[in-house]
Amino acid sequence: MKKTVFLGALTVAGLAAGAAAAGTLDDVKARGKLNCGVSTGLVGFAAADANGEWDGFDVAVCRAVAAAVLGDPKAVEFVPTTGKTRFTALASGEVDMLARNTTWTFSRDVDLKFTFVGVNYYDGQGFMVPKELGVSSAKELDGSTVCIQTGTTTELNLADFFRANNISYEPVPIETNAEAQQQYLAGACDVYTTDASGLAATRATFETPGDHVVLPEIISKEPLGPLVRHGDDEWGDVVRWTLNALVTAEELGITSANVKEMASAAGNNPEINRLLGTEGNLGEMLGLSADWSVNAIATNGNYGEIFEKNIGENTPIGLSRGLNAQWTNGGLIYSPPFR
Amino acid sequence: MVTLSDPPRESFRLSQLIYDTRYRSMTIQVVALIGFLILLGWLFSNTMQNLTELGKEPSFRFLSDPAGYDINQRLIDYNNQDTHLRAAFIGLLNTLLVAFLGCITATVLGVIIGVLRLSKNWLVARLMTIYVEMFRNVPVLLWIVFVMAILIESLPAPRAFKGENPSATMKVFDTVAVTNRGIYVPEVQFGRDAKDDKGEYLDEPTGWRTGLGDFPVGADPDNPSCESYFASEGPMAGEPGPGCGRFQISLDLMAIILVLMAGFYVSHRIKTRADHIQEATGERPTTWYLRLGVIVIPLAILFWAMGTYLTYPSIERGFNFQGGTHMRNSLIALWLALSLYTAAFIAEIVRAGIMAISHGQTEAAAALGLRPKRIMSLVILPQALRVIIPPLISNYLNLTKNSSLAIAVGYMDITGTLMGITLNQTGRELETVLLGMLIYLTISLSISAVMNWYNNSVKLVER
Repeated sequence: MKKTVFLGALTVAGLAAGAAAAGTLDDVKARGKLNCGVSTGLVGFAAADANGEWDGFDVAVCRAVAAAVLGDPKAVEFVPTTGKTRFTALASGEVDMLARNTTWTFSRDVDLKFTFVGVNYYDGQGFMVPKELGVSSAKELDGSTVCIQTGTTTELNLADFFRANNISYEPVPIETNAEAQQQYLAGACDVYTTDASGLAATRATFETPGDHVVLPEIISKEPLGPLVRHGDDEWGDVVRWTLNALVTAEELGITSANVKEMASAAGNNPEINRLLGTEGNLGEMLGLSADWSVNAIATNGNYGEIFEKNIGENTPIGLSRGLNAQWTNGGLIYSPPFR
Repeated sequence: MVTLSDPPRESFRLSQLIYDTRYRSMTIQVVALIGFLILLGWLFSNTMQNLTELGKEPSFRFLSDPAGYDINQRLIDYNNQDTHLRAAFIGLLNTLLVAFLGCITATVLGVIIGVLRLSKNWLVARLMTIYVEMFRNVPVLLWIVFVMAILIESLPAPRAFKGENPSATMKVFDTVAVTNRGIYVPEVQFGRDAKDDKGEYLDEPTGWRTGLGDFPVGADPDNPSCESYFASEGPMAGEPGPGCGRFQISLDLMAIILVLMAGFYVSHRIKTRADHIQEATGERPTTWYLRLGVIVIPLAILFWAMGTYLTYPSIERGFNFQGGTHMRNSLIALWLALSLYTAAFIAEIVRAGIMAISHGQTEAAAALGLRPKRIMSLVILPQALRVIIPPLISNYLNLTKNSSLAIAVGYMDITGTLMGITLNQTGRELETVLLGMLIYLTISLSISAVMNWYNNSVKLVER
């Protein structure tokens, strides 16, 4: 009897190990749920509303991937991660992908063994100060106290910037955006620095956003994008091309409103047909159903729609497209062709 | 007729390992040990193999790479071009600082509260009970965050001190600034520190009262910041620049410590002599002014000779106070919360220790005519110590380990530097956490060793 139990346990362990060795894509399908790492709360990018529903620019990527893989945008388990915990969470397999305004850098890609599948927001590090300080340039910040989120590239950029300009500062390391906001508003630090988009999002939640200014200097390049573990290219392809599908959809004028209609029958534009699965078998190549991109686009719309709805100029965050406009409009958002 | 038979010959069969009660327990233990070792080996090789497959072979080379980040509280010189190892060391010093401060404060508070809890005064005893129950029943992390929130929200920001009509003013004759970034107190400086970059004296005092300066340990003649240290002439000759050597020892501080120690030694000798005279003649000579004098007078002369003066914090322009010593509120919050929390536990230990001493001791001491205060300090507490010390050790260890919650208030301890930023920037989870565990283990074992030595010296000597 005891032997049977032992052998049974062995078999189960062996099966579990076998399952773990299979690709992430199969894991997600078998689980019926996508585990997606997001930030602990940054309005416009990833934040839970009063009902606990996650919403935002990064969250939309998670939902689009879930829709493409599982056909259900709600089948996402959001795992809030801090700047410190995110990479461990991804490397250990706790989450299948990270969509958490994470900067694509050489060492993260090569040394930390992650694959960045693309860029969904071109950002740069900026500074926010209270208006009453009368500061108009980051070079006037000599001797100031600066709040930074620890475990981010901003920490290193900041050190480089102040060193290069030969001015001093006092860093106050902080775990989450919410704590940073509290310390900044109480005047425990003069300056809050993070990605310019994050500053805009944080500022939008203040009682009087007008009392705070974002300084003109952008001191770094911060291409933010979703990432997956190294070495699982099938899964990397799925996330990469889901993001590309959203971008291409905007370029081709496919929106959440017209995607169902366009996908119902093949049209005149062969690229639209290939993207929406009415022609060719791109979905099958990815290991997904033929209507994968239709599901992804129908969820929150194309890249432009997601941008406008969450962080665009008509939202409290009020970011203009700038670098994040389509390449056809002079921006950097550009997807390889669906062919 | 009697048949004599030889005692049965001892023969050993393998089955005896299981069926013979003499061997059975040994067999089971050996098998369990082997199983345990196999499990450990499997865990180890599995981790290694997985890491290798991920392309992340364990390596400690990252420790010599430049850290690239800044640390606000540095007890020794550090900048963002120094190595991860040095950053970890800065963190370690910060951990030791808060643990040291915390242990002392917690002990003082704990003893006072523990004694007061046994007070016959109903109100005092109840108040102390409330204190103990409140602090030990709420997680220490919440206390840390709570104290920090109070400091940040209730105190004025430095910019409130600026302008024509500042809304906040400095305390204690305009020398101490209490802000929500910490407390700025006057800093003790010695004559030699008062030179500017060109080697000119900035302020009185001048002349020969120049202090002793700093000694750079491991100074490198090729390092440009050491140039002035090795120079034989020039205004700054013999003085190391910032960043010269691995770390610098303040010779002024060493001199003060030496003089203090000598003073205490002489004072102790005077006390011993007074004891002898008391035993011989029954009369104790008055010695307090002598004992005070041998400590204070040499120290005062030394301070004068080294040209001691104070620099005061001030905020005329800029974002922060200049001058003075800055005690960051992250340190204050962590220190306060850890001390108050641990003091609640120590108070209970002290109470238990005192109650373990039979009441007859108190009555006997009272019968000899001792006053209650002296009974406590001369009779009860010394005996209670042998009950108090062992659990006190664990509380010191707890305080030290709890200090790893420092990141909650942004205090850069070893967890914040090595196991925080360094881990994140290099992605070396296994290595940094292993190192961190080793460091905490070393600190804890050292505290244990010291306290056990102390315990041996106060425990009852049995004949």
